[in-house]
Amino acid sequence: MLKEGQIRIPSGCAISGIFSRSGKPVCGDRIVRSIAVMHDRSNGLGGGFAGYGIYPEYKDCYAFHVFYDDVEARQRGEQFLERHFDIVNLSRIPTRKVPSISNEPLIWRYFVNPLPHKLADSQLDEREYVARCVIRVNSTIEGACIFSSGKNMGVFKAVGYPEDVGEFYRLEEYSGYCWTAHGRYPTNTPGWWGGAHPFAMLDYSVVHNGEISSYDANRRYVEMFGYRCNLLTDTEVIAYMFDYLLRRQGLTLEEAAHVVAAPFWDTIARQPEETKKELTYLRKAFSSMLITGPFSILLGFEGGMMALNDRLKLRSMVAAEKGDLFYVASEECAIRAIEPELDRVWSPRGGEPVIVRLNENNRGEEQP
Amino acid sequence: MNINAENLHFKVLNQQVRQCEEPNIVIDNCCGQRYIAAGLSGREIEIYGTPGNALGAYLDGCEIYVHGNAQDAAGDTMNDGCICIDGMAGDAAGYAMRGGSMYIRGNAGYRAGIHMKAYQEKQPLLVIGGAAGSFLGEYQAGGTIIVLGLGCKGVPVGNFCGMGMHGGRIFLRTDELPPDLSQRLVCAPATPEEMDSIRPALERFCAFFRQDEKELFQKPFYCIVPNSRNPYRQLYTGN
Repeated sequence: MLKEGQIRIPSGCAISGIFSRSGKPVCGDRIVRSIAVMHDRSNGLGGGFAGYGIYPEYKDCYAFHVFYDDVEARQRGEQFLERHFDIVNLSRIPTRKVPSISNEPLIWRYFVNPLPHKLADSQLDEREYVARCVIRVNSTIEGACIFSSGKNMGVFKAVGYPEDVGEFYRLEEYSGYCWTAHGRYPTNTPGWWGGAHPFAMLDYSVVHNGEISSYDANRRYVEMFGYRCNLLTDTEVIAYMFDYLLRRQGLTLEEAAHVVAAPFWDTIARQPEETKKELTYLRKAFSSMLITGPFSILLGFEGGMMALNDRLKLRSMVAAEKGDLFYVASEECAIRAIEPELDRVWSPRGGEPVIVRLNENNRGEEQP
Repeated sequence: MNINAENLHFKVLNQQVRQCEEPNIVIDNCCGQRYIAAGLSGREIEIYGTPGNALGAYLDGCEIYVHGNAQDAAGDTMNDGCICIDGMAGDAAGYAMRGGSMYIRGNAGYRAGIHMKAYQEKQPLLVIGGAAGSFLGEYQAGGTIIVLGLGCKGVPVGNFCGMGMHGGRIFLRTDELPPDLSQRLVCAPATPEEMDSIRPALERFCAFFRQDEKELFQKPFYCIVPNSRNPYRQLYTGN
């Protein structure tokens, strides 16, 4: 198959997100209905979803979603998993036949915990251990790809229109406090299963509309820290950049947003002294983490979601609220389709993150 | 004629609009259908809901009234007619307008009125009731943009207002000017003649959206025009 750099397809994309601040679960069919309205923004070469709070029964295990090309790849993959993890549960991810979705790989799900002695021997903290295992599988085991690796969350993606992908994965059977969705119209790669959005590392997941022109600069930088960009499409690197900035560097979401969508120097020059210092520091310390080119992204993470546009706002994004529910999408119609009456609708400014989190009292709690 | 747009694909909806022989059309339950009334003339169209991108693109003489918000690129390259949005507009509203008028009650997104141009009797007009995003009137070559900043605190436009502008006028109703106005622009309080020239537009805005006219004049208006003495001086190199 021809991948990034070998073929070019000109293009759009669509993103949508729902966040329930109260933690009250939202059924997966709502996000499917939302993204379906923007059907014409994608071309059937990729669709995907990330759901948070969807595995309360295994919320303390890492949930691995894995694509295997064939049975041999699965055997190789499971050998690795067994050597490094205690597998609490494994199963095929339930799917249903949809005429427009074909050539599916083997799609498996594992709920795992790191083997304690392996973890101790590695002298790594648990999340770093898991991240390194995921990178190792994806870069060294032929035909295996762990495309989701967080706790109490999961990525579901395929080649197809997003509404068909939702049907394929039976998303109406899941519910969670946060959903993000993507309809793909690939710019640089032919659609393939691994190249569909969201891209995830641990509990961070990214859906992206746009095309980043700094891809290779960003890739070379994060690969210095052990990440491997194997999926050969630009969005993958954004997921690793946020993992690096947030988990490994300990930046706040606002700081990370000001790194990847840094204001122009002349905009920084007009800020009050304290802000100027901070923004200057971030631009200088992480200059290779600046993302240039158009983007609107949704970053999902445990307990929250962040929406972010490039500093020039070269891709559309609309946010809205209704009670405890927060919505964000490429087009307002995708929100109105599932919530016709809204308390507030606004367009976030370029480079200014919109961050939503679970209300304090509901953090991690399950509601009926 | 009424058209129920619920679950209609944009191609079907636009076909129905074009084939309609009556001059008055009401579209109900609109949800994201693109290109409504694109290139059309001679109709009056009322839209309930959220019309999709490129509403009235290349419009050539219809009256469109939206009861709700518009998405991106409303009035893209419109030539004649009037688009009235009783809500907010997305990015690139009035992009490359070359005639007609557009009234937005609320905010407009980024790049409103960029590349607007005028020629003889074709004098496009864009009125934004709320605030506008960055790059308002970027590369504007002609026509008039008015930002009223109603209900907005501080500067009613984002960064890079009028960047690269080389014709036309931008009126801002504000106490505070954008801090980053280019050296290649001239900004001054609007003269009585300039105010007279936009009075009909302000009156129409008030009539469309039931806005109190007196309130409009409680803040000063500024007029921004390109400094035409040498618009390209040092744009790229010293010349």
